[in-house]
Amino acid sequence: MVLAFIGGFSIMSIELLAGRMLAPFFGSSIYVWGSIITVFMLSLSLGYLLGGRLSVRAPSLRKFGYIFLAAGATITPLLLAGNVIMEAVFAAVEDPRYGSLLASVALFFIPTVAMGTISPYAVRLLVDTVGHSGQVAGFLYFVSTLGSALGTLLTSFYFVLWFEVTQILISLGLALIACGLAAIVFGRGTTESA
Amino acid sequence: MSRLVLSFVLLGTFVLPLMPVSVQAEVIFKQRSLYRNIEVVDDRDSRCLRFANRERRVSRQSCQYFDDPDRLVFDYGKLVFTGFLMNPNPERILIIGLGGGSLPRLMQKLFPESRIDSVEIDPAVIQVAEKYFSFTPREQDSVVARDGRVFVRRALLSKQTYDFILLDAFTGDYIPEHMMTREYLQECKELLAEGGVLVANTFSSSRLYRHETATFAAAFDWFFNMRRQTGNRVIITGKMPQPDLETLRDKARRIDWREYGIDLEENLDWIEAPSKRDLEARVLTDEYSPANLLNGPG
Repeated sequence: MVLAFIGGFSIMSIELLAGRMLAPFFGSSIYVWGSIITVFMLSLSLGYLLGGRLSVRAPSLRKFGYIFLAAGATITPLLLAGNVIMEAVFAAVEDPRYGSLLASVALFFIPTVAMGTISPYAVRLLVDTVGHSGQVAGFLYFVSTLGSALGTLLTSFYFVLWFEVTQILISLGLALIACGLAAIVFGRGTTESA
Repeated sequence: MSRLVLSFVLLGTFVLPLMPVSVQAEVIFKQRSLYRNIEVVDDRDSRCLRFANRERRVSRQSCQYFDDPDRLVFDYGKLVFTGFLMNPNPERILIIGLGGGSLPRLMQKLFPESRIDSVEIDPAVIQVAEKYFSFTPREQDSVVARDGRVFVRRALLSKQTYDFILLDAFTGDYIPEHMMTREYLQECKELLAEGGVLVANTFSSSRLYRHETATFAAAFDWFFNMRRQTGNRVIITGKMPQPDLETLRDKARRIDWREYGIDLEENLDWIEAPSKRDLEARVLTDEYSPANLLNGPG
């Protein structure tokens, strides 16, 4: 449950920071936010699909941990090559609408797909009987969306006032990796509880 | 006697609130654009462009006198023209944030040979400037609906330069945060030709003021700071060694723009050095730019 919360938190925090990262190149016009939200929604939908597929074959807490490690790792390219990628897109695409769309895909598609896989996989780990599956899924949505709400609020009200964009991204990446490691360690003993 | 007082009190209580603040003010155009609510309001002697974001907080963006449209109404606009003392014959001028277009209009008149590019994010504002404030780009001029920072980056890519850049994109209510960072100012500096002048009109009077000072100091070797009680702040700098005030005073004496409401000599008296304490504030960067949070209350 904690893991789902942190997953939800990270998604929205990164989405808000995406606006910050794109603005120096593509501005803060309405279509820049349009691009970001489109890409996040599209990636999440594919992530859900992928997470569901992954959960079919021998699901375990250990594997769930690997998903978090992967999600944390996919943030690294943002930090290392974000500006280079945006500069290249800016030079190649004149229209800021398609420029911001392309840059959003290049930067955020993979991390968001990775984070999207978390929820359906967690459902599989927590469901023990078919009768309770709806309840478990509902509770997971609750926790992860609550995390998203809090991630949005804290990032936009406080984090940007206290920290640099890169510092926040590194912290989120480290939090995801820490979650992954914790799941792997706990996963050795049992196979339940996400 | 007491009855007389009472009747005045009653009059004040019941009648005055029903009367509009300015008797003859009349909204002649209203539009909800992509970015804001736009209003054009005619008053007794002038027409104003207003951005009404919330009830009670209306900001007048640009005004024009009916009988003397070239005469500037606002202090900040008058201060902006001080920048031309440092580059009296600008060939290429860039204006970021059009508003009612009163400043580029006057620049067209004062510098007939110049080429003026105006950038405004809101297409509706451009239409209003042209329709209601008689702003007409000349053949050599251009008006582009685009985010200012995107325009600056594109212009750098195509290796253009400007002799005079005016940054006027803040509305007092909202600051585009990516246009209040060290990196943005550095990009603008790069876009200046040798001897080019950059003038920024900002609104800050709050906590943001110190950060703004520190940010300009981080991007430029020097700048002049001009502040009026009206809450406007104008910053002037350029790609040149810091000009000597006496030399500027000499030049100011030889130019008479008082018919446009501009007293250049008086403007120079408003120049103050940035305070040491302000320079210690945290610099705003692309990584750290909570300009609106800093500009808000608290």
